[in-house]
Amino acid sequence: MEITQQVAEKLGIRPEEFEAIKGILGRTPNFTELSAYSVMWSEHCSYKNSIKWLKTLPRDGHRLLVKAGEENAGLVDIGDGDAVVFKIESHNHPSAIEPFQGAATGVGGIHRDIFTMGARPIAALNSLRFGNLKEEKTKGLMAGIVHGIGHYGNCFGVPTVGGEVYFEDCYHTNPLVNAMSVGVVKVGKTISATAAGEGNPVFIVGSATGKDGMGGAAFASADITEQSAEQLPAVQVGDPFQEKKLLEACLEIVQLGGVVGMQDMGAAGIICSTSEMSAKGGVGMRINLDKVPTRQQNMKAWELLLSESQERMLIVMEKGKEAEVLQVFEKWDLPCSQIGEVTTDGRLKFYKEGVLEADLPAESLVLGGGAPVYTREYKEPAYFQKVKSFSAGSVPIPTSLKQVAGQLVRLPGIASKKWIYHQYDSMVGTGNASTNAPSDASVVLVKGTDKALAVTTDCNSRYVFADPYTGGMIAVAEAARNIVCSGGLPLAITNCLNFGNPYDPEVYYQFVHAIKGMSAACLAFDTPVTGGNVSFYNQSPDGPVYPTPTIGMVGLLDNFSVRMTLDFKQEGDLIYLLGHGRDDLNSSEYLHKIAGVEFSPAPHFDLEEEKGLQAFILSLIRSKKVLSAHDVSEGGLAITLLEAGFPGNLGFKVKTGETSLRADGFWFGEAQSRVVVTVSKSGAAALESAAVSAGIPFEKLGEVTSGAVQVQGEEWGSISEWKHNYDTAIESYLQN
Amino acid sequence: MKFGVVVFPGSNCDRDMYDALSYELGMEVKMLWHKDKDLSDFTTDDCIVLPGGFSYGDYLRCGAIARFSPLMQSLGEFVAKGGKVLGVCNGFQILCEAGLLPGALLANANQQFICKNIHIIGEEGQVLQIPIAHGEGRYYADEATLDALEAGGQVIYRYCDAKGNITPAANPNGALRNIAGICNAERTVFGMMPHPERASSKALGNTDGQEVFKALLLNAVPA
Repeated sequence: MEITQQVAEKLGIRPEEFEAIKGILGRTPNFTELSAYSVMWSEHCSYKNSIKWLKTLPRDGHRLLVKAGEENAGLVDIGDGDAVVFKIESHNHPSAIEPFQGAATGVGGIHRDIFTMGARPIAALNSLRFGNLKEEKTKGLMAGIVHGIGHYGNCFGVPTVGGEVYFEDCYHTNPLVNAMSVGVVKVGKTISATAAGEGNPVFIVGSATGKDGMGGAAFASADITEQSAEQLPAVQVGDPFQEKKLLEACLEIVQLGGVVGMQDMGAAGIICSTSEMSAKGGVGMRINLDKVPTRQQNMKAWELLLSESQERMLIVMEKGKEAEVLQVFEKWDLPCSQIGEVTTDGRLKFYKEGVLEADLPAESLVLGGGAPVYTREYKEPAYFQKVKSFSAGSVPIPTSLKQVAGQLVRLPGIASKKWIYHQYDSMVGTGNASTNAPSDASVVLVKGTDKALAVTTDCNSRYVFADPYTGGMIAVAEAARNIVCSGGLPLAITNCLNFGNPYDPEVYYQFVHAIKGMSAACLAFDTPVTGGNVSFYNQSPDGPVYPTPTIGMVGLLDNFSVRMTLDFKQEGDLIYLLGHGRDDLNSSEYLHKIAGVEFSPAPHFDLEEEKGLQAFILSLIRSKKVLSAHDVSEGGLAITLLEAGFPGNLGFKVKTGETSLRADGFWFGEAQSRVVVTVSKSGAAALESAAVSAGIPFEKLGEVTSGAVQVQGEEWGSISEWKHNYDTAIESYLQN
Repeated sequence: MKFGVVVFPGSNCDRDMYDALSYELGMEVKMLWHKDKDLSDFTTDDCIVLPGGFSYGDYLRCGAIARFSPLMQSLGEFVAKGGKVLGVCNGFQILCEAGLLPGALLANANQQFICKNIHIIGEEGQVLQIPIAHGEGRYYADEATLDALEAGGQVIYRYCDAKGNITPAANPNGALRNIAGICNAERTVFGMMPHPERASSKALGNTDGQEVFKALLLNAVPA
C-alpha cells in the first residue's frame, strides 16, 4: 500500500502531522509506523490539545514523591515510610457503546496504573454521569455500567468505597464513567515506568494479545455519532481473574528485586508501553513480535503493536533474572515471554519473521517528546447571556417547604444510591471504615499502621457549566470539605477532565477556565495535582456534555481516632449551621429540577471564606468538640439534615432566625461553605466560643429528636418515612 | 488449635481471614497455596479455612473448578480423618461443589451481586449482624435434604431481621428456608455465605463475626 496523506487522514492524522512524521523519519512511514503515530499522537495518548493548560496546574508540594505525569499515577508521602498512590481515569467512550465491558475495563485499567508502580490497590471509587433516569436508554446504560464496575472490581478484590452519580439530560448519549484507584506502598519500594541497561530483557506478561480494542485510543478521540456502534471492535474485553493473578504476580516480581521498570498496557498497547518506557530512560528496544503470545492467528505487526488486549504488562528486568521471573508467572499460571531487549540507540525496532516492520525514534512518539502540542482558540459561550439574565425574583416562593423537600429526596441525583452500590463489594480487604459509620468522604484503614485515608470524588458539573472558573474551584473545595468533615487533612488531587470537542471554541473556553478555577483552589488548599486524565469529545450531535472536571482527592488521618462521621448521634444533641446562612438559589437541584430553570449562575462561593471554614471544622474535629459533621451540598440544608438523621433513624426540630432570607433559598439553596455539626448540650458553649474567636458565623438551628421532623414550625412527619422515600426512589424509577 | 487458610489464585478474602483470625482472635494461622497438597502439619484439632473470592474466576460455576485443585484432594482425606473445615462465601460454594456439604448455591433471586450488612440467627438464638457479598448465594437443596439438615441440627445460620424473625423480607438472596449456613452431620465441615471475617474488628465498628468463630470452632464442644 502506498502511504499517502489520504491514508494518514483515514487514521486520524492531520496533514501537518503527516508532514512532521516524514520529517522525523526522513522518509515516508510504512503502514505499521503510521499506525504507531496515529495512536501515540491521538488526543488520548498525546494530550496535544490539553497539555499546554495542564502544565499550568499546581503540581508541586512537599509531600509529592513524583511529579505529575512522571509516572503512571501520583505518589504522595503519608509519613513513617508509607506512601499513597492514586489516579482517576475515564472510560466514557467505550461505556457509551458497550456499557458492561466499557466500564469493567475502565476499572481494570486504573488498578493496573496503581500496581504497575508496585503498590497494592486498597480502594476504588468512581464518578458516573447518566441522562434522565426516566429514559429507557439511561436505565439500560446504568444497569450495564454498574454491572460492569461490580463484575470487575468484585472479582479483582478491591472494595469500591465511594463515588458520585449524577443524572442530567446532557449525558444522554455520552455517559461518563470515571474510575479511581488508591493504593499503598512503602517509600523507596516503588517501580518506575522506565527502561535502562543495554541488553536487559523485556518481558510481556499477562493475557495473550488479540485483536480486541484495536485503535481504542483513536476511537476515544472522536465525537460519538450514529456510526460509533460500528467501532465496537475498539472496545476491549476484560478478565478480572487474569488481572487478579497479574496483580499478585507483579507484586511478587517486585519483591524479587531487579525490576528496572514496569508499565501496564492500556491505550495503544505495546507501542505505547515500549515507546514511553524507552523515551523515559533515553534508550531504545529491539522487539521480536513473534514472541508475543497471541490468542488469534495471523496477526499483523500493526495489530500486535496497537492491540489493547487487557491485563498485560511490559517489564524490563536486570539481566540474569530471567529464570526467576518465569518461575513467578508459572506459579500464577500466566503467560510470560521475553520479547526483546533494551538497546542504547533510542530507537524502537520491531521485527516479525525476521523482517524489520517498524523503526522509530521512541522519543518522537511520546508526550513531552515529539508528539504535537496545540494551542486552541476559545471564546465565551453564547449561553452565558442566559445565565447572566437569571433573576431569583422570577421564582415564586413555594407555599409548602415540606412538599418541595419531598420532591427533592426522590430526585435520582439526591436519593440513596443503594441500588447501585449494593452491587459493588465495598468491604473486601476489611479496611473500609465507612460501612458502619458513614462520613462525607470514605475512610479507609492503612493496615499495619494507625493511619487512615479519606478519599472522595466530586464535581457538580452544573456549577461548572454555569461558570467554569467558579465551578472548577467548587469541585476542588467540595472534595476538600468532604475530607475535612471526615477528620482528614487534604493532601493532593487527581483529576479527570471530561469535556466536549476541543475544536469548539466555546467548549475550549470551558476547559481553560475550569483549569484556572481548579488551579486557584488547589493552591488555596495546598492540594497539588498529581496527574489524571483528559477526555475530550464527550459530544454528540445534540451537543457537548456539561464540562465535568471530576476531582479525586486523598486526605490523611494521622491517627484513625480523629475520624468524624456525618450522622446524628443522640436525641437532644444540638444542631448548628457553621458558615453564612444564605438564600442563594443559583444552580441548585431545587431551581433546576423543581422550579425548572436551566440557566442560572454558579452558587455563592468565596475561596477565602471556604478556606477559613475548613480550617475551623478540622480544628473542631481534632479537638473533639463536635459529634457529627456533614457539609451542605446538593439539595441544600434540608437534605443535609435528613441525611444526617437517616443512619440512626433520628429526627430533628430546626428553625432559622434569618427571617429576611427567602425560605426556599435558605433550606434548599446550595451556597457553598456551610457545614452542619452537632454537639451535646454541654458542648455548646465550647463550640460557640471557638466559632466566635475564629470569626466563623454560626446559627443554632435546633436539636436532634427521637424521630419526628419539624422545620420552621411545620411538621414534616417521621424520619423513617423520609428514609423510606429516599431509599426506594431509584428502584421505583427502574420499575416504571 | 491452629488455622490454615487456603489461597486459590482468585481468592480475595484470604488476607482478611488471616487478619481476623490472627490479629483479632489471636490464633495461629498458616497460609496454604492451592497447588500444595501437604496438610501433614494439621491435626484433627485444627481447622482449614476456604476463604471468599473467585477461586478460578468462577466463569463456569462458582467453585466448580476449585474442587479439582491439588489441595482439595488432600482436604477430602483431612475431613475423613475428622479434621475441621470452614468455608465462607466462595469457600462454601467450593465445599458444596466438592460434595463435602449437601446442596448448591444458585444465583441470587434478584440476579444481582449483593454486598450489604444483613442479620443472621444462630442455633442458640443469637442474632448477629454480618455482611454478605455474593452473586450466587441462594442456598438450594431438595426437600428431603432440607428436612434432613433441619432434623440433624445442621442448619447453623438463617437470615433474619434485626429482631431475629426469620421472614421472607429478611432473606437477601432467596435461599430456601432462609438458610445462610450449614454443617455436615459430624459437625466438622461448616459452610456459610456471610463473611464473619469482615465483622471482627472494632475499627470497622462490628465484632459480631468473632461470635461466629467462637460458636463454630473455638468454644465448640468436641463431638
